[in-house]
Amino acid sequence: MLLAITVGVLFTAAVYLLLRRSLLKLVLGLVLIGHAANLLIFSSVGVRRGRPPLIDEGQTALAAPYTDPLPPALILTAIVIGFAVTAFAIVLLRRAYQEIGSDDLDDMRATEQ
Amino acid sequence: MLAPAVCRLAGRATGYLLAAVVGVTAVYFAAQVPVIAQGQTLRQAIAWVPELGVSLSFSLDGLSLLFALLVTGVGLFIVLYASSYLQDDALLGRFYAYLMGFMASMLGLVLADNILTLFIFWELTSVTSYLLIGFDHKDAKARKAALQALVVTGSGGLALLAGLVLLQLASGTGELSSMLASGFTASGSELYTPIVVLVLIGAFTKSAQIPFHFWLPGAMTAPSPVSAYLHSSTMVKAGVYLLARLTPILGGGSGGPQGWTITLSVVGGLTMLWGAFVASRQTHFKRVLAYSTVSSLGMMVMLIGAVSAAPVAGAAAATAAGLATYILAHACFKGALFMVAGAVDHAVHLKDVEQVGGLGRVMPFTAAAAVTATISMMGVPPLLGFAAKEQVLVTMLAGGPGSMLGAVLVVAAAVASVLTVLLALLVGLKPFIGPLMSTSEPPHEGPVRLWLGPVALGVAGLVAGIAPWLFAEPIVRAAAAAVAGVPRGELAAMPVDLSLGHLLHLGPALYISLGAIAAGVGLFVLRARWRAITAPLDKLDWLTAERAYEAIFHGGVLGLASLSTRIFQNGSLRVYIRIVMLAVLASAGLALAGSGGAFLGRDLLGDVKADTTMIEGVLVSLIIAGAVAATLVGSRLAAIVAVGLVGYCIALLFVVFGAPDVAMTQFAVETLSVIILLLVVFRLPRFNGKSSRPARIFDAGIAIGVGVLMTGLVLAAQSNLAAQPISHFFAERSLTEGYGRNVVNVILVDFRALDTMGEITVLGIAAVGIWTLLRIRPTRSGEISATARRAGTGPGAGHDSGTAAAEDGKDGVPS
Repeated sequence: MLLAITVGVLFTAAVYLLLRRSLLKLVLGLVLIGHAANLLIFSSVGVRRGRPPLIDEGQTALAAPYTDPLPPALILTAIVIGFAVTAFAIVLLRRAYQEIGSDDLDDMRATEQ
Repeated sequence: MLAPAVCRLAGRATGYLLAAVVGVTAVYFAAQVPVIAQGQTLRQAIAWVPELGVSLSFSLDGLSLLFALLVTGVGLFIVLYASSYLQDDALLGRFYAYLMGFMASMLGLVLADNILTLFIFWELTSVTSYLLIGFDHKDAKARKAALQALVVTGSGGLALLAGLVLLQLASGTGELSSMLASGFTASGSELYTPIVVLVLIGAFTKSAQIPFHFWLPGAMTAPSPVSAYLHSSTMVKAGVYLLARLTPILGGGSGGPQGWTITLSVVGGLTMLWGAFVASRQTHFKRVLAYSTVSSLGMMVMLIGAVSAAPVAGAAAATAAGLATYILAHACFKGALFMVAGAVDHAVHLKDVEQVGGLGRVMPFTAAAAVTATISMMGVPPLLGFAAKEQVLVTMLAGGPGSMLGAVLVVAAAVASVLTVLLALLVGLKPFIGPLMSTSEPPHEGPVRLWLGPVALGVAGLVAGIAPWLFAEPIVRAAAAAVAGVPRGELAAMPVDLSLGHLLHLGPALYISLGAIAAGVGLFVLRARWRAITAPLDKLDWLTAERAYEAIFHGGVLGLASLSTRIFQNGSLRVYIRIVMLAVLASAGLALAGSGGAFLGRDLLGDVKADTTMIEGVLVSLIIAGAVAATLVGSRLAAIVAVGLVGYCIALLFVVFGAPDVAMTQFAVETLSVIILLLVVFRLPRFNGKSSRPARIFDAGIAIGVGVLMTGLVLAAQSNLAAQPISHFFAERSLTEGYGRNVVNVILVDFRALDTMGEITVLGIAAVGIWTLLRIRPTRSGEISATARRAGTGPGAGHDSGTAAAEDGKDGVPS
């Protein structure tokens, strides 16, 4: 329940930032929307507090009440890819500013200057 | 399709080579005449898409044979003609490829037995015709005419497809021969009306019937061989072929529904009259021919209508014989005249008939061919055109002296004959008589290949007229039998007599014919007065579907396209994002609302209180505070810190909820992201609150909507798990099959290893992209130049090490 509301707030902030004219805000929005999506995946199966999904010594399978291991696995992949995108976006932003001399998205509508 | 390659290898000989191929095909079909004339049908089938009941089946009966002979016979001379007409064109090879492609499609069309196979060839003729009309692709007019022809015939083709599919449903078979053999008539089916309407639209667009006739004169921008071939003898007759082919199935018979007969008669009759009339007002060589072709096609359609209306089988067969004769005669004289028009144009470079004169002395062979064709077109004995016209008039007179429609059609046919005589004289005689006009260079007879075709077609018409038993009668008899649906046994008894002795004793029909010739000649002499008198009627031609076509195609389709491009593809990223978000809101929101939304009624606050520990409450509060701060603060540094705070708190949440691996990764990534952002941020301008207040409120509305939607989605997902989670699979197999105790890790490197592989690839691509962005700089002239050296690359030099470190750092991220 609580996580659902958190996801909603994160998406709200992220979308609002994505719609700003400043390129930096766009990148920040990208980071936030990544967080929001990760949390969405994490919470949508219903979370349980408690032990990480590790198999104890002497056991061959996870003991009965365990956290679902699949969402963490998916999110791990997502986080890393999100980071790659963020890093690329930041560098692109910097180069764009160098070339165009503006960080205003509304100035970047044409493919040629 | 190999023609371009052959053309390069064989050079000038290509034309002869291809002509030989076509000639052999023509001879093959000619050799089938005696067999088919006995009432035999040759059939060959290959299963193609058996699942859909589509087979590549072909059958050769009388009607197919008539058209196959036209396609290959005329095609033979067209290839020779084109090899001379276009011999200096650099793209001659391509032209051959289109032409042969068209010829193959047209043959497939007239031979196809399966109706879907027929449709595919039908469309192929449209496409190859498009390529041929637009052959002079540097001419905007040619391109426009080609597109117009394609759009008109193509949309008709769609209607035809629908009609044919319905026909297959109604009859239970896709094979025309099966339908014909079983005596199936669609008029009993409840699908009859849609089938007829759709098929008629297809046929009328293809065969240039009113109101779709406008594309044909436009298509005259094609090279003359194309006009002579596609737009007089073959392609435009595809619609006629189809109607004739389907007459036994869709015609309704003499006792059935009369819609087919009436539609065909009225549309055909109107087209015949209007085409002849407009043609009589033209002076441009090929436009005269084009409109007169429209007129002839109208007459053919009208005759097909008369076939199914005929009260007794004998009359139907006689009408069908008239139709077949007319098709044969028309192909001969109109094909010849088109080639003559091209030859004249080639010789004197003039396209206006009235400016050309006296060529008879300098171009004797062309003139002879033209005059022969003219006489045939006028319907003067002993040419085949005479036989055709007589038969048509006889059947029209016999068809319905009592009925209003019959009487009107006879008058219409007589008027059209008068005009046709005028047209024939205009294009076939006028250029060759009178004083020789002055030209910059002396006109001369073209090479043999230019006049061989017209002469051959003229001779064919002459021979067929004088000695019909030689080849004309058997062909006509077999074709007429197929159209009228005469059983094989009664074929020999069919009243088909094209001999002059018979035709010259026909009474009223002969008088009408002679009167028409006399009136036509008179009109030819007085044609200047005629044009002056009828000038006001010219405007009527603009009332046709061409206007509608322009309005729909240019105003409608293109307008809509540019409007949607302006709105949706305007180049502004923010507009794109807004549209995407609104679309998500609309679609997913509707789905969510539709699913009941039972969870929305829950006591949210009570749930939260009951289900939250202290530490979670604190973390979530921090996340929300950070998110809000990131959107509102005016300082760049503060915004970055706020985003970082959100990330770290989410990492801690992962710890609380039993996912330490995720938390560790999140910590590492968040740290790196914040460092890179901080390194870059001071090279960027400050936030300056550019957006207007209404824009902010609008965006905030979208953002809040998306947020609420996502909350709702999470709740919906939690409250109805549609399927059993598959995690027990991982829980059980992780150690036994993956040999790892950390289940999350085993999933990543074993069960879903390909995902991880993809992830690494993404990282690699991003790293290459970043490296490229930092190292390669466009020069002033816009070219890309690589500055290989790391040091001294201007403003970015100091920063590179930071990003390089970040890239190195990525390898350390556990994934």
